[in-house]
Amino acid sequence: MKTSALERGANYVILIVFALIVLGPVGVIFTLAVGPQSASVAREGRTFHWENFVEAWEVGRFSQYMLTSVTVALLVVVIAVSASILAGYALGTMNFRGSTFFFYLFLLGIMVPTEAFIVPLYFDMRSIGLTNTVWGVAFPQIAMSIAFGTYWMRTYFRSSSRAMIEAARLDGAGSMRVLWYILVPIGRPAILTLVLLTFMWTWNEFLIPLVMSPNGSVRTAPLGLAFFQGQYTQGTALLAAGAILVALPVVVLYIFLQRHFIKGMLEGAVRE
Amino acid sequence: MSSAVKTDRSATARSGRLTRPWVPFAYLAPALLLYGLFLLVPLGRAAQFSFFEWDGLGASTFVGLDNYVAIVQDEQLREAFWHALVLIFFYAVLPLIIGLVLAAILTRANVRGMGFFRTIIFLPQVIAMVVVAVIWRQIYAPDGPLNGLLRLVGLDSLTTAWLGDYTWTLPAVGLIGTWVSTGLVTVLLMAGMAKVPRDLYEAARLDGAGAVREFFSITLPSVRGEITVALTLTIVAALKTFDLVYVTTRGGPGTSTTVPSYEVYRRAFELGEVGAAAAVGIVLTIIVFSINAVVNRIGEKK
Repeated sequence: MKTSALERGANYVILIVFALIVLGPVGVIFTLAVGPQSASVAREGRTFHWENFVEAWEVGRFSQYMLTSVTVALLVVVIAVSASILAGYALGTMNFRGSTFFFYLFLLGIMVPTEAFIVPLYFDMRSIGLTNTVWGVAFPQIAMSIAFGTYWMRTYFRSSSRAMIEAARLDGAGSMRVLWYILVPIGRPAILTLVLLTFMWTWNEFLIPLVMSPNGSVRTAPLGLAFFQGQYTQGTALLAAGAILVALPVVVLYIFLQRHFIKGMLEGAVRE
Repeated sequence: MSSAVKTDRSATARSGRLTRPWVPFAYLAPALLLYGLFLLVPLGRAAQFSFFEWDGLGASTFVGLDNYVAIVQDEQLREAFWHALVLIFFYAVLPLIIGLVLAAILTRANVRGMGFFRTIIFLPQVIAMVVVAVIWRQIYAPDGPLNGLLRLVGLDSLTTAWLGDYTWTLPAVGLIGTWVSTGLVTVLLMAGMAKVPRDLYEAARLDGAGAVREFFSITLPSVRGEITVALTLTIVAALKTFDLVYVTTRGGPGTSTTVPSYEVYRRAFELGEVGAAAAVGIVLTIIVFSINAVVNRIGEKK
């Protein structure tokens, strides 16, 4: 479509202004993170104080928190994605009584806010000794991820070629073989998107690890950061460095695989 | 049926694998078990808890609907739900207005670097809310960049402690939500607008329609579905705000920024009002589902 040079110029201005509004706060935290920790350090005159990251890593015990985060994220991603692939396969390719009911049952879980079930879950998990364990933090997130994952995988399996499944079956392949040797390999992009979204949600989750580990023994990275902010009030440089460390894993994945993130978050929005 | 199948024994064996009635349930079992045990059962338990008064340790007393009545009567809880409404404005309405204008302008002209722009404005969606909260606490600090900027342009009188002010803290927290949601809404709307056939616009221009007419008679009606999705996502995000409030204000100053999610946490784990917390959680769930239903109903109307 033809538009005037003036309009095109105005468009660039708008693009740049909005990009700056988004990047501004990111720039602020980065500037603080590489800035001097105190006036005496500032007198050394260096511009970038990369050592802040190392110090935050040690002082803020982020090495420990990151390890917890990685453990929880691995458990949630592996278990939730596997269970979602199996359940999505059943709901997407098989006709059986109650399939619509089960579909809506899983759909329900996408919309239920964590706040609604976390309170009784905490007290019930406490009575069976699961609080303050990695599993106590992982299980509720596995359940939530399964709700979305099953919906997501069902959508993929429904769009996959019926003819191909039928042909494989006529060749004598069982349902597990069809899933494992045909649908999963072709569905790698859909599965990768699900893995990335599940990882991101688990890594960024705050309320569940906060509630499920009241004594702080299973503290994930975002929790460690919130705790660090409350503890360490004398300087902002280490806090800012810690904030960047916590955000970095997901942001790096996003930069390289942004199509998956955007597609997943837009298409995953329930339209039914 | 069985006699027809008997003529080809191997066919029975093949199709039998998939038609055995327990097969789909075997595939569903792991997901159903985990989802049921750790989400559905506790959800039911929350409904049960909400009829009791319990401090989390001792014996519980059945109180009927008292916890729900309290939500209407307790001023602090009413206030929390009111704050959630205010946040909906900042998380959903404001980003929708900005997103519509931005997406319409950018879709009209082919501008280079759109992919790059999309990557940038979507970025706040992938940053952990705790990190976002830490960033904005620095920006809003009394001697932080925002007040610095205001002093720089001579607006000293506007400087304030943004997160310590009874009037300004809720909008300040809300604007963080606007910063997070706007990119998502804009990207969603741009995707919808890109699907509108170009010749519709050409025809409208031949009829002498200006940019504004074009927007209201072509663009807006064709992105109805995207608007519905955007509103659903952002309203639910607003209602579920927890991390942001917990890290920036803890509901303060006073109770000026407390929200339902924060009340659930505070009542259950700090004040020992477990039943009341469960009731707030249930009401929040009902509100989320109702808003979803209403937004989708409006979105479907032709």
